[in-house]
Amino acid sequence: MATKTMTMAKALNEGLRRAMDENKKVLLIGEDIGKLGGVFRITDGLQKDFGEDRVIDAPLAESAIVGTSVGLAIRGYRPVVEMQFDGFVYPAFDQIVSQVAKLRKRSGGHYTMGMVIRLPFQGGIGAIEHHSESPEGYFAATAGLRVVSCSTPNDAYWMIQQSIKHDDPVIFCEPKSRYWEKGEVDLDNPPEHLFDAIVRREGTDVTVIAYGATVKTALRAADTAAVEGTSIEVIDLRGLSPFDTATLEASVKKTGRVVFVQEAPLTASIGSDVIRQITEKCFYSLEAPGLVVGGYHVPYPPTRIEEDYRPTVDRILDGVDRVIGFGS
Amino acid sequence: MIDEELVQLLTPEGERVAHPEYESTLSGDEIFGLYRDMAIIRRLCNESTSLQRQGQLALWAPIQGQEACQIGPGRALDPMDFTFPTYREHGIAWCRGVEPKEMLRIFRAVSNGGWDPYKYRHSVPAIVLGNQTLNAVGYAMGIQRDGAEEAAMTFFGDGASSQGDVLESFVWAASFNAPVVFLCQNNQWGISTPMSVQSKIPLYHRAHGFGFPGIRVDGNDVLAMYEVTKRALDNARVGGGPTLIEAYTYRLGAHTTSDDPTRYRVDAEVEVWRHRDPIERVKSLLVHEYKMKQSKFDEVAEEAEKLALQLREDVLAMDRPDPITMFDDVYAEFHPLIEEGRQEMVDLGVTGGAH
Repeated sequence: MATKTMTMAKALNEGLRRAMDENKKVLLIGEDIGKLGGVFRITDGLQKDFGEDRVIDAPLAESAIVGTSVGLAIRGYRPVVEMQFDGFVYPAFDQIVSQVAKLRKRSGGHYTMGMVIRLPFQGGIGAIEHHSESPEGYFAATAGLRVVSCSTPNDAYWMIQQSIKHDDPVIFCEPKSRYWEKGEVDLDNPPEHLFDAIVRREGTDVTVIAYGATVKTALRAADTAAVEGTSIEVIDLRGLSPFDTATLEASVKKTGRVVFVQEAPLTASIGSDVIRQITEKCFYSLEAPGLVVGGYHVPYPPTRIEEDYRPTVDRILDGVDRVIGFGS
Repeated sequence: MIDEELVQLLTPEGERVAHPEYESTLSGDEIFGLYRDMAIIRRLCNESTSLQRQGQLALWAPIQGQEACQIGPGRALDPMDFTFPTYREHGIAWCRGVEPKEMLRIFRAVSNGGWDPYKYRHSVPAIVLGNQTLNAVGYAMGIQRDGAEEAAMTFFGDGASSQGDVLESFVWAASFNAPVVFLCQNNQWGISTPMSVQSKIPLYHRAHGFGFPGIRVDGNDVLAMYEVTKRALDNARVGGGPTLIEAYTYRLGAHTTSDDPTRYRVDAEVEVWRHRDPIERVKSLLVHEYKMKQSKFDEVAEEAEKLALQLREDVLAMDRPDPITMFDDVYAEFHPLIEEGRQEMVDLGVTGGAH
């Protein structure tokens, strides 16, 4: 079994390279993705190897990046779009919601919008405004789209390839604060299916569900809690829309308590929808109401204070204490 | 009268005029073919307005006055080209082979689309202004990558010319030298918004700023529309890049059946444009130059009448779709929420049929 240790950034790069090798119709489009290799270097070296026709340096217009990708998909190509930052996706929002999400339906199933929109998301890198947002909820709420997020290099490598092969449009959320963290990548065997949740750590007292950058924070919280005698089960959601209710249900029926962790504000969020479904499916197993620990209902703050906005180990443990202490 | 740079090959009176760069290449039979297309699409359009007034359609977007803007380009297109329309491109759809009843499925509110875009190489209409122009440029970039001698063509109006997507599509088409032809039907009104609010310069001038040719054509002259579009498409297919064609025309009717143009424009203006009717001038040419007999025109009227009656019959036969079909074609692959929704509907006992 060939495994290799690499960063998430490199794993995405290798995953894109393999997808491009396997299918000549796969194209990359984005700002500064050619010679520069993207601002995060995810596409480093790909234009050199695949040429300017397959790794397209885009004029700086996000709606056009997605809008032309729609036309390329109609022509039979598989565009993989890079949005430079989460906060810059909004000019493309109209094309994503009005065309990408709906053209299959409108064309009576004749158009296949097989495309991936890569979105470096979440904060934690000390950036200025518009570079640290969590817009995944907007897309998760739109029928016709699918949304996933990776949290490890191995998932990054496989999930990007699985997303490209998928015949539906996939919003691919990459936790930019984890781009430079290393992990083992199994180059031969893909992990679970694209939308399946994975139990990252088994536990018996409380289920903590997270995605993207917060998975690692949740695992650290579980380490700390273990010292104090609390057993936390950590689940990496991976598929945000649709999400894997069966894995969540099995865990919560076992633990009876659940805390959802996200960077996005709570209102109309992935967490609120997951807790709604868990409440419906696990009502008689729950020992306490499900909680969401997440961002506050404010614009993403100046990053000198972002660690007071993003869920920390302490805030997750506070949530865990609240579901354990409920009613007492 | 309109613009001295306007390409016109046939006056409103039906007399040929010389142009330094363009001349009509069409035979009498071919011109009669264009007359037939325009007469039929006008009749079908009138029938659709009546159907809406009788409560049989949710909405209709008439094209009266703009028949030449669409029939000329529609017949200039090659079968392998691909077109990206708005909701008013009934004339283009007709030329691409879309059946009239398929065009009316959206307006009957039984579908969000209506036809197989690959069958006719004519996309489903974009209702959000300007979106389709970027889709067309992307498609054209695909043509380039395939090394094919084909072109994409897209349509929008003077209203949509203010949309960011349209302007971005100009940038991209120029940057990538994409084989795409933009047709802006400047019918002077975006619902109630006059042209003067959209642009301080003639719209075709904008193309020069983006780095490709723009040309203004008498949109009520089907001969000029045909020749200008044909040359732009030929040029695009062999690597000559994009062209913006501004078809200078007028929306004789309402924006849609929900609109009341008497609230914002004067009858005198409409009257001026009635005298520039695109169909009458071709008829006049056919009568005077080709000695076409009245019986030929009567035959077309009869054919149009039959098609209109058939359309009425087809529309009335379009029943309310089975609600369960709302779950079809949302996703290409299995999706749990689609299955759940479908199951819930089955459990609720919701079934199809007209009610």
